Amino acid sequence: MFLWVIQRDLLLAMRQRSDVLTTLFFFIIVVSLFPLGVGPEINMLRSMAPGVVWVAALLASMLSLERMFSSDYLDGTLEQMMLSPQPLILLVLGKALAHWMVTGVPLVLISPILGFQFDLQTDALLVLAVSLLLGTPVLSLIGAIGAALTLGLRGGGVLVSLLVLPLYIPVLIFGAGAVEAVSAGLGASAHLSLLGAFLLLSLVLAPWATAAALRISIE
Amino acid sequence: MAINWFKYSSPASFYSLAGKLIPIFSIVALILFVVGLYISFFVAPTDFQQSEAYRIIFIHVPAAWMSMFLYLIMAGWAAIGLAFNTRLSSMIATAIAPTGAMFTFLALWTGALWGKPMWGAWWVWDARLTSELILFFLYIGFMALQAAIDDPRRADKAGAVLALVGVVNIPIIYFSVKWWNTLHQGATVSLTESPKMASIMLTGMLIMSIACWMYSIAMVLIRTRTIILERERHTVWVSELHKETT
Amino acid sequence: MAWASLSDFLSMGGYGFYVWGSFLVFLICLVGEVVLVLNRRRTLLKQLSLTHKATKNEKNNETTT
Repeated sequence: MFLWVIQRDLLLAMRQRSDVLTTLFFFIIVVSLFPLGVGPEINMLRSMAPGVVWVAALLASMLSLERMFSSDYLDGTLEQMMLSPQPLILLVLGKALAHWMVTGVPLVLISPILGFQFDLQTDALLVLAVSLLLGTPVLSLIGAIGAALTLGLRGGGVLVSLLVLPLYIPVLIFGAGAVEAVSAGLGASAHLSLLGAFLLLSLVLAPWATAAALRISIE
Repeated sequence: MAINWFKYSSPASFYSLAGKLIPIFSIVALILFVVGLYISFFVAPTDFQQSEAYRIIFIHVPAAWMSMFLYLIMAGWAAIGLAFNTRLSSMIATAIAPTGAMFTFLALWTGALWGKPMWGAWWVWDARLTSELILFFLYIGFMALQAAIDDPRRADKAGAVLALVGVVNIPIIYFSVKWWNTLHQGATVSLTESPKMASIMLTGMLIMSIACWMYSIAMVLIRTRTIILERERHTVWVSELHKETT
Repeated sequence: MAWASLSDFLSMGGYGFYVWGSFLVFLICLVGEVVLVLNRRRTLLKQLSLTHKATKNEKNNETTT
């Protein structure tokens, strides 16, 4: 059931290819906007790079949050899924991971290339990719809670960002902190381990909260 | 005789109980505020290091405590409302949010005004200030979510889930002073170590905190009564109640 | 802690602006919140009495016709 949900969602995402690409291009555009806005001065860009890339990743993954449940909610498949004997938590986990694969993984792959724009060293790029790899699933999992809470509400898109951004901040702090720590020569293991802790925490708690939120929204 | 707690869990009886309690709490709050302000200005000595500016502590710390404390209480009531499906507890949780948001704003405002003379900057990005800011966004998010949902029952439950998810943030605030040993002054008051400040200042601050606490209870009770009226407007007991008042 | 004079009290050791700024906002928020809630309550009670009167008139009309 769990794999089925992921496989189904990936299939859906692949069919409307635009979804995947919009998030990716949004990420690329936002990241490349900053040098234009701030000026080409290299070492300033280098110090700004982690923050910029992470904030862009945050916004990009939040952009597509709303569609996570709403398409299924509108055509009723969400209710059928909830009625199925399978535990709702598994279903929600599947949906969140599918969302992560569609939005998170492309960001991780693209980020080193964008890092060149900011003239980051190779080790910083590597840690950037790893921190994004650890961080983006947390974004999707916590985002799933926000998406479930605001299902079918008017102005849901804006509301999701208001609900979910505060919960993203610790991930952002440690994600960007990891890359800064590396480029400053200190080891990033502390930050990465905390990011891993956030990942485990959200893997356990987030689906349960999302399932509760879904049950509330669906009644 | 065992107090039958459930008697007060129905909105109707709670309404009358709250009616009696509000004057008591508001008067106590008023008295404590006057005493607290008197101490903070006329009894507490000048601080050798910060001279008079430190007096802001008498409202900054109580506001910060209240902001975190009220969020915990709100999450507690929200959890009860979610678990036992009691409408009243969710109403109380909804009633707490605005007061909590106000205290968070006050904590940030007084903190900034205190930071300016001491650190020379209105806003400093350190752990505790940031977490207080996150807490403020959580309060706003809670209220926005509840406002966006029309059906009160769903609004209560959705708010409850958000409050519980947000409650993970409170420990981050509390321990952030220790985790990231940053600029913000270490916790001057903690239950374990002996207070690092003159006892008169401590009593002044505690009195102000209790005053804020009484104020919050009175405020939450008033708002809960209003919410009860709003939601139960078409029930029989509201119209009866109404016959007497009009 | 006797203040030499009122002006001394107001200047608060040169930090008057900051101290009074924060206490003033503290007061405004508290009083403001009380006023807002009581205001919300009054309008609600007025609405209730209107709807209440409306239902009472309907009952009278039914009984009279």
